[in-house]
Amino acid sequence: MLLSDNDRKRVKQMLGAMVNPVRLVFFAQSLSCDTCLPTRQILDELVAQTDKLSVDERNLVLDKDAAASFGVDRVPAICVVAGEQDTRIRFVGLPSGYEFSALIDAVVAASTGQSGLSEASRGRLQEVASPVRIQVFVTPT
Amino acid sequence: MALENTHVTSVIVEASEYPDLVQRYAIEAVPKIVINDRVELLGAQPEATFVDAVVDSVGEPTTATPGR
Repeated sequence: MLLSDNDRKRVKQMLGAMVNPVRLVFFAQSLSCDTCLPTRQILDELVAQTDKLSVDERNLVLDKDAAASFGVDRVPAICVVAGEQDTRIRFVGLPSGYEFSALIDAVVAASTGQSGLSEASRGRLQEVASPVRIQVFVTPT
Repeated sequence: MALENTHVTSVIVEASEYPDLVQRYAIEAVPKIVINDRVELLGAQPEATFVDAVVDSVGEPTTATPGR
C-alpha cells in the first residue's frame, strides 16, 4: 500500500465529490520505465476509493495509435477522460506530492465539469481559438 | 483551463524524471509554466495572470506581463 490509512480516507472523501464517471487512460511500457509500476499502484489505490473512477492501461509501444491520439510520447502518462470526452488534461511522471493532489483535483473537476475558475477567467479563455499547450513542471514535495 | 476551452491541453510534468526536459526548458526552480513553448512563468501565479499568459500565447500581448 502506498497510501497511509489517513491519506486513503482523505482521498476517499475528496473523490466523494465526483458526479460522473472518469476514466484514466494510463500509458506505460514494460522496459525503461522505473516509475510505471509505482504509478499504476497509485492509480489502483485511487480507483479502490470510488466506483466512479477506472483505469484503462495502454502500452506506449504496442498502442501507438492510441498514444498518438492522446498526444503521449513519454511514460508514465495519465490522460483524464470524462465519460467519452478527453479533457486534454495530462499527468506525466509519477504522481506524487503536488502532482498527486492535482490529479485528484483534476479527476473531481472532470467529473463535475466545474473548473473552479472565475467567471472572468472563463470568459477570457473563450478568446483562445487555436491550440495552446500548457506545461507545468513540478517536483515531488 | 483545459476544461473551459477545447483548444487547451494542460500537462503536468514531474520534472525530476525527465532531465531532457529540464535542460530543454532550462528548469532551475519549480513550478515553471511553459505555454506553447513561447511564454514562461516562474512560480505560482494569480489566476488572472496565468489566464492572460495563456491568451497571450496565441494572440497579441495584453497589458499583463508574464514574469520570467
